[in-house]
Amino acid sequence: MPDFKRPHALTDAYLHYCPGCTHGIVHRLVAEVIDEMGIENETIGVCPVGCSVMAYDYFSCDMIEASHGRSPAVATGVKRGNPDKFVFTYQGDGDLAAIGTAETIHAATRGENITVIFINNTTYGMTGGQMAPTTLPGQVTQTTPYGRDTSEAGFPVKVCEILSQIDGVALAERVTVIDPANIRKAKAAIRKAFEYQKKKQGFSLVEVLSTCPTNWGMTPVQALERVKTEMIPYYPLGVYKDGAVRNKEEN
Amino acid sequence: MAEKSLMKGNEALAEAAIRAGCKCFFGYPITPQTEISAYLSKRMPKVGGTFLQAESEVAAINMVYGCAGSGIRCMTSSSSPGISLKAEGISYIAGADLPCVIIDVVRGGPGLGGIQPSQADYWQITKGLAHGDFHVLVYAPASVQEMADMVAKAFDMADEYRMPAMILADGLLGQMMEPVEFPDVEIKMSDASNKPWAANGHKGERKHNIINSLYLQPQELEDKVVERFKRYEDLKANHTMAVADYCDDADIVVVAYGSTARLAKSAVDAARKEGLKVGMFRPVTLWPFPEKELREATKNAKKVLTVEMSMGQMIDDVKLAINCSKPVEFYGRTGGIIPAPADILNKIKEMGGNK
Repeated sequence: MPDFKRPHALTDAYLHYCPGCTHGIVHRLVAEVIDEMGIENETIGVCPVGCSVMAYDYFSCDMIEASHGRSPAVATGVKRGNPDKFVFTYQGDGDLAAIGTAETIHAATRGENITVIFINNTTYGMTGGQMAPTTLPGQVTQTTPYGRDTSEAGFPVKVCEILSQIDGVALAERVTVIDPANIRKAKAAIRKAFEYQKKKQGFSLVEVLSTCPTNWGMTPVQALERVKTEMIPYYPLGVYKDGAVRNKEEN
Repeated sequence: MAEKSLMKGNEALAEAAIRAGCKCFFGYPITPQTEISAYLSKRMPKVGGTFLQAESEVAAINMVYGCAGSGIRCMTSSSSPGISLKAEGISYIAGADLPCVIIDVVRGGPGLGGIQPSQADYWQITKGLAHGDFHVLVYAPASVQEMADMVAKAFDMADEYRMPAMILADGLLGQMMEPVEFPDVEIKMSDASNKPWAANGHKGERKHNIINSLYLQPQELEDKVVERFKRYEDLKANHTMAVADYCDDADIVVVAYGSTARLAKSAVDAARKEGLKVGMFRPVTLWPFPEKELREATKNAKKVLTVEMSMGQMIDDVKLAINCSKPVEFYGRTGGIIPAPADILNKIKEMGGNK
């Protein structure tokens, strides 16, 4: 049996995430992929504003902390200046699908050769559980105390479905990390996203349905159950777009 | 021998940026800076650089943040409303101590304002600009040649002091054509080789670099800001720039920057021809403001006249520099109207310019 060790691409820092939060699992998967591809030396990560704002302390590769929502633009700047390096962003739902919608869509339309790890937990975690663009209809949050009323607050943003219509997208896949089988699938998706970047095939995004027990008012186990019973029916798992954007001549 | 070309100010600036080692340009269309983007979209691919038209000013400045964070010389340009949009990003760039160059070809405001020349962004650029305790270096060229020269200077100073540098131009300077010479040097592409702080992949040779402006411990944040302000003090002491003409015996010293300084200089020359004792002072760095140079230039003057293409913004710095020790009057036009030298001369005479 192989040793269960901390990936080299994670630092020794103690993660600040709440008990039962799935950020730690996703951090680990990204780090394992970086280790397995042997690319830590040439990778630059961009972290968001949100609970994972301090991911720069957790990943061992070079890191840049972006302003709220602007990670895909920041990553674009890094990548255009350093086309042979690996660049990934790690963003939450408020960051990516509300304030950063334009940056997300346009990095995708440009086929920007970066990898986006998108954490969808249907809430703004860091600021205390307000309605996110991905908050489900009827979901109670601090700013939807009577449940998200779609006639007032509109409908959730389905990021993978939107990206599936964009020519610049090489990979848009939705996964979750609620059990070992799904964690394995999530890792495979993240690996594929980085591999596509290596082959300069375009924009890749992996959406990870995640938990926020603290702001959902649930135990960690209840939170995992909620992903299965409430989130997956609204946000079906699967591959929404898969295929190289650029042909061989351009590579 | 250096080549000599007839070029628009915006184009001269763009060409000079490439020669100064600017490797990536990120922009968004806005009048009256369009020639910078148009020129770089043609030239950048020819010299192995990047031109990227972003989806917004906000995205463009954040691309600069990422690119500069990886240690590469890069630039963005815009005009007043676009600079307002970039303000957030500029604060982050300053907070992360990143070098880059930002061009503001100023137009009339507020709001959508107009598209004619203006200097109404002085407060915005030299004072707050965005949230937090910080400054940016500000250069104010007054000719097409200076548009070219100052962009290279701005890149070098930004690198040396690890801060954003801005060129404050206006529609007049950007659009007018004048002969310009480029120093006969090889085009260089500046990389991160002399930037040990850059986030460009640690190659296994060092601990990871972090580009960041977040400091949750108040003492840590205060220390960071204080360290930054020490650099600012050094700039104030050693890197102010100004041009003074006929100030020694002047009763009235006219203060103006950028294209307005050209117009004011015409008025001052006309006044001298009439035998009036009038001097001309042109700040070239707007931040840091050339305070000691202005004090020296006005030490024998009875009055000071500030001329601007705005309702009067730099006049605050003029008064502060001389500690309100003598009357400071103002003449200006705004909304895109250019002050006429004859009107400036009339104002000088009204102020009692003596023979």
